[in-house]
Amino acid sequence: MNQPAPSEPLLFRHVTHTPGSAAVELDRLAVRYGERLALDAVTLRVPPGEHLAIVGPNGAGKTTLFKALSGLLTPSEGRVQVFGSPPRRHACIAYLVQRSQVDWDFPVTVRDVVLMGRVREIGLFRRPRAADRAFADECLACVGLGALAGRQIGELSGGQQQRMFIARALAQEASILLLDEPFTGLDLQTQHGLLDLLERLSARGVTCLVATHDLDLAAAHFDRILLLNRTVVACGPPAHVFQTEHLTATFGHHARTIRTNDGLVIIDGACCAPGEARRG
Amino acid sequence: MAEVWNWIAEPMQYAFMTRALAAVMMVGVVCAVLGAFVILRGMAFMGDALSHAILPGVAAGYLVHGGARGPLFWWALGAAILSALGIGAISRGSRLREDTAIGIIFAGMFALGIAIVSTSRSYAVDVTHILFGNVLSVSPTDLWRIGVFGAGALGLVALLYKELLVLTFDPILAATLRLPVRLLHYLLLILLALAVVLALQAVGVALVIALLVTPAATASLLTRRLPRLMLAAALIAALSGASGLYLSYYFGIAPGPAIVLVCTVFFLLVFLCGANRRRTRT
Repeated sequence: MNQPAPSEPLLFRHVTHTPGSAAVELDRLAVRYGERLALDAVTLRVPPGEHLAIVGPNGAGKTTLFKALSGLLTPSEGRVQVFGSPPRRHACIAYLVQRSQVDWDFPVTVRDVVLMGRVREIGLFRRPRAADRAFADECLACVGLGALAGRQIGELSGGQQQRMFIARALAQEASILLLDEPFTGLDLQTQHGLLDLLERLSARGVTCLVATHDLDLAAAHFDRILLLNRTVVACGPPAHVFQTEHLTATFGHHARTIRTNDGLVIIDGACCAPGEARRG
Repeated sequence: MAEVWNWIAEPMQYAFMTRALAAVMMVGVVCAVLGAFVILRGMAFMGDALSHAILPGVAAGYLVHGGARGPLFWWALGAAILSALGIGAISRGSRLREDTAIGIIFAGMFALGIAIVSTSRSYAVDVTHILFGNVLSVSPTDLWRIGVFGAGALGLVALLYKELLVLTFDPILAATLRLPVRLLHYLLLILLALAVVLALQAVGVALVIALLVTPAATASLLTRRLPRLMLAAALIAALSGASGLYLSYYFGIAPGPAIVLVCTVFFLLVFLCGANRRRTRT
């Protein structure tokens, strides 16, 4: 595939995943919005099936990183590769935006939304077949929403809404899941239910990148954490990443670690905007 | 009973009234179905702009071809599509927001239309017809055009229903599924332009937006499933079109405004009933 095809077909097929390639590979990625540098020199390699937490304050570039990863925006510099080729060649990336960005009054049912994940597979001009509907219901059952398939989406609770989008990612047969602040606004029990579900996806080999500003949750449930503040501050297991110097570089002076007998306690300043942190 | 029947049948002894009835009902259905996308994507301003942007096309068509209606359709459609593409080019090619781009093109095109018309005084009556419609003058050819292009627009919506649904509900999903997002967006704009041009004769450019927005909005208060919403909107629009025409016949109101007023009354009824229901529930 050295030469680009003379005319791109309306819907190209999935490119095959290059064997042995990383699920995600970023090489000195930079993204500029006009003159503002949103991301700079981000280099990262995520093997298939890994669960990575991306932690940083608001405005750290988490959402920008996801947009570059999913091919929604073109990097200003550097390179993004997904399974060995540019992200725009793949339809295996599911990007779950923050719940606050979804129109929950939209006149669709839970099953309608999950079926949307099949739209490409069903093909242009075609209607969903019985098999597609059955598959959508299977995906809903898998996330524990089988009984709610006929509900309008606004009738779901926060945790159920998140599960619905995961079911849609399953219907899409996504290999990479990008979750933007999925735990925001969920109570602890619901958060753990969602974490269990992500765990089960891991068993299926789905790569999950989870953006969060919740340091404790990331430390407790992820093997590897990327601290992001426009660039990679640190990346590795929680014990390596959560050192005062790294946290200060990410969150300003509000974040501290305290070593206790139980291990690491983090006092996080994630609720503060970078400006506020500096003032404090 | 016989009196009611006479009341309904009387206007229909005139061929121009049956043609007008068929026209307003077909136009109403087409606008209502596309209107569902308009209200869900927040494109009301775009719809209003496209309808006003038709004016220079119609005016120029008039100057070139005289009163012939066939070419006017193409001139109007051309102006609307040109405006849609212009708005897209400005909002993508600069830091300006889309609604700003719409405002610029909307005003510019409308001014151009009025400017062309103002060069010739004798067209004043026709401008009123363009602005407020002249459904009683629908010819059999006009009716055929509305039928064929209206069916074409509805057919395309049916064929691309699931893609348009994804684009409307979640543009990011549409992009990550690598659907032809921009193509679908422009297709929707072109269908919108087509609906607006078809509705031109029925209600005029100034009131087209009511056919796009009001029946769909009314339906959205009645149901929370999109296919049902479209069906309900189509029924409301067809019923409004017919009722408006009868009001016009018996009370001497101009048909365009009469149709729009019926649409508005339907909306207010549903809105007020819904508000009552919500109050008693809580």
